[in-house]
Amino acid sequence: MAERDTAIEAVGLVREFKKGPRAVDGIDLTVAAGEVYGFLGPNGAGKSTTVHMLTTLLPPTDGVARVAGHDVVKEGAAVRGAIGAALQEAALDPFLTAREHMKLQTAMHGMRGAEGRERTDELLERVGLVNAADRRVGGFSGGMKRRLDLALALVHGPRILFLDEPTTGLDPQSRKALWAEVRRLTADDGVTVFLTTQYLEEADVLADRVGIIDNGRIVAEGTPEALKDEIGRPSVEATPCAAGELERTNAVLGRFGEDVPGSPKAAAVRLEAGAQLADVVRALDAEGIEIQDLQLHAPSLDDVFLAKTGRSLEGAAEAEATESEDRAERDPDALAA
Amino acid sequence: MSRSSLALQVGVLARRSVVRTLRQPAMVIPAVLFPLILLSINSGGLDSATRIPGFPTDSYFQFALALAFVQGALFSSNSAGTNVASDIESGFLNRLALTPLRRLALMLGMLGGILALGLIQAMTFLGVGWVFGAEFEAGIPGALTIVALSLLISLGFGCIGAFVALRAGNGEAVQGAFPLLFAALFLSSMSLPRNLIENDWFQTVATWNPVSYMLEGIRSLMIEGWDPEALALGFACAGGIALLSLLAASSALRTRMVRT
Repeated sequence: MAERDTAIEAVGLVREFKKGPRAVDGIDLTVAAGEVYGFLGPNGAGKSTTVHMLTTLLPPTDGVARVAGHDVVKEGAAVRGAIGAALQEAALDPFLTAREHMKLQTAMHGMRGAEGRERTDELLERVGLVNAADRRVGGFSGGMKRRLDLALALVHGPRILFLDEPTTGLDPQSRKALWAEVRRLTADDGVTVFLTTQYLEEADVLADRVGIIDNGRIVAEGTPEALKDEIGRPSVEATPCAAGELERTNAVLGRFGEDVPGSPKAAAVRLEAGAQLADVVRALDAEGIEIQDLQLHAPSLDDVFLAKTGRSLEGAAEAEATESEDRAERDPDALAA
Repeated sequence: MSRSSLALQVGVLARRSVVRTLRQPAMVIPAVLFPLILLSINSGGLDSATRIPGFPTDSYFQFALALAFVQGALFSSNSAGTNVASDIESGFLNRLALTPLRRLALMLGMLGGILALGLIQAMTFLGVGWVFGAEFEAGIPGALTIVALSLLISLGFGCIGAFVALRAGNGEAVQGAFPLLFAALFLSSMSLPRNLIENDWFQTVATWNPVSYMLEGIRSLMIEGWDPEALALGFACAGGIALLSLLAASSALRTRMVRT
């Protein structure tokens, strides 16, 4: 990849906290200009710490990162001039209106008078907040806050946009509206998007490439299709009519592949090479087990996560949140030297 | 970015600070009301203190009015600290850090809110004093000097609150520090002139306590007229605390905003 086409590059990026874990443990990644890069992982995996380092809010303990061609440590101001960021929580002042937020942000970027007002109107129109422009943000819904957050991040026309879990806590409608805006930004404006998420569907739908992070390390990287193809085999989940038949169902399915997590009332396996769903059905029938529900799952990003880490992404979130990286980030005394 | 951009940044941040403060009645009303309540209790209950030989005035209300200004200023530590802590906890400070913001602009902007609240308090206390018959021996220039001194005291206490918030990163620490500042008020010459405090240790503490000189600076303008020594001490103590706390808050902001 030619250097001019590289929007974000990190080599051996490390972040240690004095009183906490090694939140980021040697990350290497490259994001091409115009790409949507999905950074997928459970809570506490190191996603936000990585974003904070790439956006110059947190100095790395070790390693090098360049964003928009600028070193994040030595050229922080140049990096900030090229990026926009909507961080994990919509960082808004509940006592200000949406328009007052925009006025503050445009002024911070040196836009005065009519220039600032025009940019404000344009962005509020784009995110659908014109009618709510003069309402205090404290009364906004989660989706409205996220849209305003995005508008604020776009004030200075950044080439690279960091979105840290932008749809966490949003209803499906608001989530899809935000996805549409991200797609528009990349398609129409050529903006590079670095998107962290713990939602598999979000990464699958939006990202050109996905990096899966766990315990501060990237455990898999590629296009969603390539990652799923790597896993290759579908899984089968069978729920017996009688709960007492679960053990026998497990035994039958066990002949066709290795166990994978599924519903507590069902047996589930990833099919071995050559095993077919029809074989499973015939075997269950031969054993006389009545099946209430039988599902064939195509490989998902969760399967990729499971294959790479031995855990399900959807179940990992709680376990990984015990030592909150955000708490460490907010405590400057906890920063490593 | 041109030099004028600093002025632009200070302007919008100060406006935000003022607007934010004024839109929180729960922050403004107690900061005005509580000093008036303490003033009414003290002036009603301690009026007989005026009969102590050497007491500087025959109106305890006039004597105690200075307390309202200083106690009101103490609330600045709470409001400024709470606002800063809220910006840290919500991530708003990070948002600002991602812009070409200058730290100086952030500090100066924050002071806007402190001064706005301080001005509302000082004007209210002056008005209440005037309505209830307090005399201002130093006249209108003296009243304006009282406002100036009150604002300086607010600035000092406000920056202490901001410092605590920036160091701790949460509002609970600000709430925890607030009573400590109140203790400084109660260990001063708030109820009696220092020379009339009989208890030795209390008199010593009150003499070393800068809050005493802030109170006496304001009091002098109301009771004695222009007393250069009392005024100089009052402004020196208030200015010293304001300077030190501003430096401490600036240093804490540098640590807090660790952008590269």
